[in-house]
Amino acid sequence: MGAGGAGEKSDKVLTCIRCPRGCRVTVALGAGGKVEAVSGNACPRGDSYARAEVTAPVRSVTTTVPVDGARDEGRVAVKTVREVPKGAVLDVVRALADVRATAPVEIGDVIARDVAGTGVDVVATSRAR
Amino acid sequence: MGESCYDVIVIGAGVCGCAIARELSRRRLSACVLEAEEDVCCGTSKANSAIVHAGFDAATGTLMARLNVEGSRLMGPLCEELGVDYDRIGSLVVCVDGAQRGGLDALLARGRANGVADLRIVEREELRALEPNVADAAVAALWAPTGAIVNPFQLTVALAETAAVNGVEFRFLSPVTGIARRPDAGWDVTTPSDTLAARVVVNAAGVHADELHNLVCAPGDRLEIAPRRGQYHVLDVTAGAHVRHTVFALPTRLGKGVLVTPTTGGNLLVGPTAEDIEDKGGVDTTADGLAEVVRKAALTVRGVPFSERIRTFAGLRAHQAGHDFVIGEVPGAPGFVNCAAIESPGLSAAPAIGRMVTGIVCELLGGPAEKDELLPRPAPIPDVARLSPEAWSALAAARPEYGRVVCRCRTVTEGQVVDAIRRPLGARSLDGVKRRVEAGMGRCQGGFCSPRVAQILARELGCDLAAVTLSGPGSELAVGTDKDAWAGAPGVPAAPGTPAPAAPAGEEASR
Amino acid sequence: MRRYDVVVVGGGPAGLAAAVAARAGGRRSVAVIERDRELGGILNQCVHSGFGLVTFGEELTGPEYAARWADAAAESGAEVLLGSMVLDVSAGPEGPAVTCVSAERGVERIGAGAVVLAMGCRERPAGALGIPGFRPAGVFTAGCAQRLVNREGLLPGREVVILGSGDIGLIMARRLTLEGAHVACVAELMPYSSGLKRNVVQCLDDFGIPLLLSHTVTRVEGRRRVEAVEVSRVDGAGRPVPGTGVRYPCDTLLLSVGLLPENELSRAAGVELSPVTRGPVVDDSLMTSVPGVFACGNVLHVHDLVDYVSQEATRAGECAGAWADGARGSGRTVPVVAGTGVRSAVPQRVDVARMPDELVVRLRVDGVYERRSLVARAGGEVVARRRRDILVPGEMEQVTLRREALLGLGGVDAITIGLEA
Repeated sequence: MGAGGAGEKSDKVLTCIRCPRGCRVTVALGAGGKVEAVSGNACPRGDSYARAEVTAPVRSVTTTVPVDGARDEGRVAVKTVREVPKGAVLDVVRALADVRATAPVEIGDVIARDVAGTGVDVVATSRAR
Repeated sequence: MGESCYDVIVIGAGVCGCAIARELSRRRLSACVLEAEEDVCCGTSKANSAIVHAGFDAATGTLMARLNVEGSRLMGPLCEELGVDYDRIGSLVVCVDGAQRGGLDALLARGRANGVADLRIVEREELRALEPNVADAAVAALWAPTGAIVNPFQLTVALAETAAVNGVEFRFLSPVTGIARRPDAGWDVTTPSDTLAARVVVNAAGVHADELHNLVCAPGDRLEIAPRRGQYHVLDVTAGAHVRHTVFALPTRLGKGVLVTPTTGGNLLVGPTAEDIEDKGGVDTTADGLAEVVRKAALTVRGVPFSERIRTFAGLRAHQAGHDFVIGEVPGAPGFVNCAAIESPGLSAAPAIGRMVTGIVCELLGGPAEKDELLPRPAPIPDVARLSPEAWSALAAARPEYGRVVCRCRTVTEGQVVDAIRRPLGARSLDGVKRRVEAGMGRCQGGFCSPRVAQILARELGCDLAAVTLSGPGSELAVGTDKDAWAGAPGVPAAPGTPAPAAPAGEEASR
Repeated sequence: MRRYDVVVVGGGPAGLAAAVAARAGGRRSVAVIERDRELGGILNQCVHSGFGLVTFGEELTGPEYAARWADAAAESGAEVLLGSMVLDVSAGPEGPAVTCVSAERGVERIGAGAVVLAMGCRERPAGALGIPGFRPAGVFTAGCAQRLVNREGLLPGREVVILGSGDIGLIMARRLTLEGAHVACVAELMPYSSGLKRNVVQCLDDFGIPLLLSHTVTRVEGRRRVEAVEVSRVDGAGRPVPGTGVRYPCDTLLLSVGLLPENELSRAAGVELSPVTRGPVVDDSLMTSVPGVFACGNVLHVHDLVDYVSQEATRAGECAGAWADGARGSGRTVPVVAGTGVRSAVPQRVDVARMPDELVVRLRVDGVYERRSLVARAGGEVVARRRRDILVPGEMEQVTLRREALLGLGGVDAITIGLEA
């Protein structure tokens, strides 16, 4: 990235990560880094991925947190309910370093709200009973 | 410390040290075994060919020849008594060059002179019937029906357990750092934590035996042990039946060959190289060494399926220029008894070495009385894979942990792992469990079971999971917990591309 | 002896989908035998997302995907035997049977109308590679490390080198980075990644972790704990090039160097195995060479995507159920042959008279190819064709055979699938 500010036209080639197919997507950047066209994507997800990736890239974050009071499980898996800015990924895991869950936990239970100031909640993706 | 005085201190808990300890435990005396590592069977005894040589190799008249033949004779009954896996499958020394078959005749004559029973030469036809995968070029072989395979881990553990239940003390993580003659008589033996006194010291320190010897010997009587490395390939049990016997190569002008043998666990073992190295901890494998084994195996056995390999390893033999065992009281060092330079066939000879060294020790101690009886080793841990369904069900009904399989490759249950830990001189590490019940020794090499075995170790030993080790301090399973980096340095993320700082919980792991 | 219409060996994604299908809304009795204390298999430690787009139309994490199938199995009424290890599968005149052991019931034999093998796969261990050097603590398969991190909350190491670019290795590169470790590089023996392209992007590129293609680890240093590894370039034949070694100080070496179908039970049962896939040879119903014994998922051949495992397992469950009901094929099958550029194709045999209207053949190519067509031919006639811009061994391909097209040819002796321009 970074070529956009120069005001020249350029192409950027990306591998779409929205599904396992991994389409090679070409983004035509116009003056000022404006996206003029997206090609090579097999589905609309590729288009939205490519547009976001060259302007404001985002990622979902998955990790685990310890759970107290469960019979078998020592930890529950968690994820951000939607993607966060790519630059905030490490902030999210750092913010979750001190978070503990308490059993019972169901899939979808909110484990942390507005994680690292991203406005995104973190929810459980596994159960603990 | 140093006020109490043992009758005997044995330095080294390999197969010889433990065989000596067991023999000593028949007598009314006090004995202690000092071991540098965290467990028995951590040096040469754990990394060798796991065979019992018939005894035709060593030069007639040497201590090596006598103790090999005697040890080979004792080994079967000993393993039977101790519940150790042993199989007298026989061995073949294969000649692949008609011009050299005189070498077989020479081996035959030597073997007979050494007192090896039932040796004979088998010709091509019979050889092929005995060993269908022998190389096409094979012309004849020396057939030694008394050759055998043995589980060296089980043997060493069983010898040590028997000694322990009969009163011999074992101290692990106790490397000997000094030996000094006491003013009256006997020796002070120093470890990092203690100085212990003993009337007699037995030096069974494997590749390090020369270092101890040289602390006490006369200036002109120094011993030098050169570690001789042997590299091996271990193949999965799917390849275990590729040969039926231990197949040696007749040494030729081009050098000594490698052996191909089944193991008592049903694997195929191929090796070793013979490389004189400097480093007494140099149990690393090399690309050249491993390739040499592959090349040489093909000379005597066709189609060894190396694609079924599950592990490679290297061990060190305690080689000494005289190429004979060095056993006996060191001149000028009364009460310091060597059991040194025990290179191949040391495992085969171990039962006889145990008796011989104990005889020397007892004479020095003035003939301590024999006990009325030697307590048997605690019953071997049940091997569920060999039980009938009824017997296994009964065991699981009595102890449910025997119904929970943790190692799927070797079919080892939680019950076996628990018992391996709870026994006298029980396992303290993943390798300790592996040596006792084979969890992690199969085709996945612990990839599946090691976290589960580690959990059982942590529970039984009362330690953190992160503190469980592969093979003693410094080999912890983990360096800390997953959140260390963030919890230890709040607000200071380690940027990708820079190593994270060591966090406090890392210390916890090394407790 | 207990008896079920269908017994499924393994409660991972393959076993669960097979069980749900075999149950057929309650028409048949089904048991799933799982050695762990929970269902879902390896998915439970795959906390990352990327599962379920095909099956559920949304991107789920591993535990979520597993939970959906575990719930579906429970709703279907399939019986689940947890903590039960299958020791033996055999086929007798009475049909197949399995022997298993558990703490609760000891060793027991369970009869079945049909058995579905769904044991999954295992990781190729370090020992199989024969990497020169020492054998200290700190060498883990990627999946073992994944379990330690995601289930036990441990950090296996702080400075990490990864050998092999399999998907689990790539995923663990990111996972360890997120937990504060530093991943120095991923070395891959082949000139291409063996994992999915998107994992290279989101697990390596995102964190600036170099992927060293045509490289391997040529030495492990450290007697108690890994202290360093040497990484060398390899030539076209995969042999290390002398003098190219670079020493990476590290405390951990992770291996992601291949998955091996776990077929010890199958082999002991007399099931014919393919030397290429290392899984059973199956027909279009996913039945092995042993009548009444079926196979699906990673025990049959290693998949990239769990969604396709679920699809395949659903068919295995349906066909196993039909077999238990008494349905039989025509008795005549023709081979599916891996042709030019194709390394393996599953199923390996097709009963054209019995096959479904559309049959998916899954395959892997033997190298990297651009702009080719996957073409299935029978008696010289093209029966299926699929255009691909790029084909790599790390990504499973598929071709759909149509029953109508094959029947239309009259007699068919063999179906060959190969790459064409």
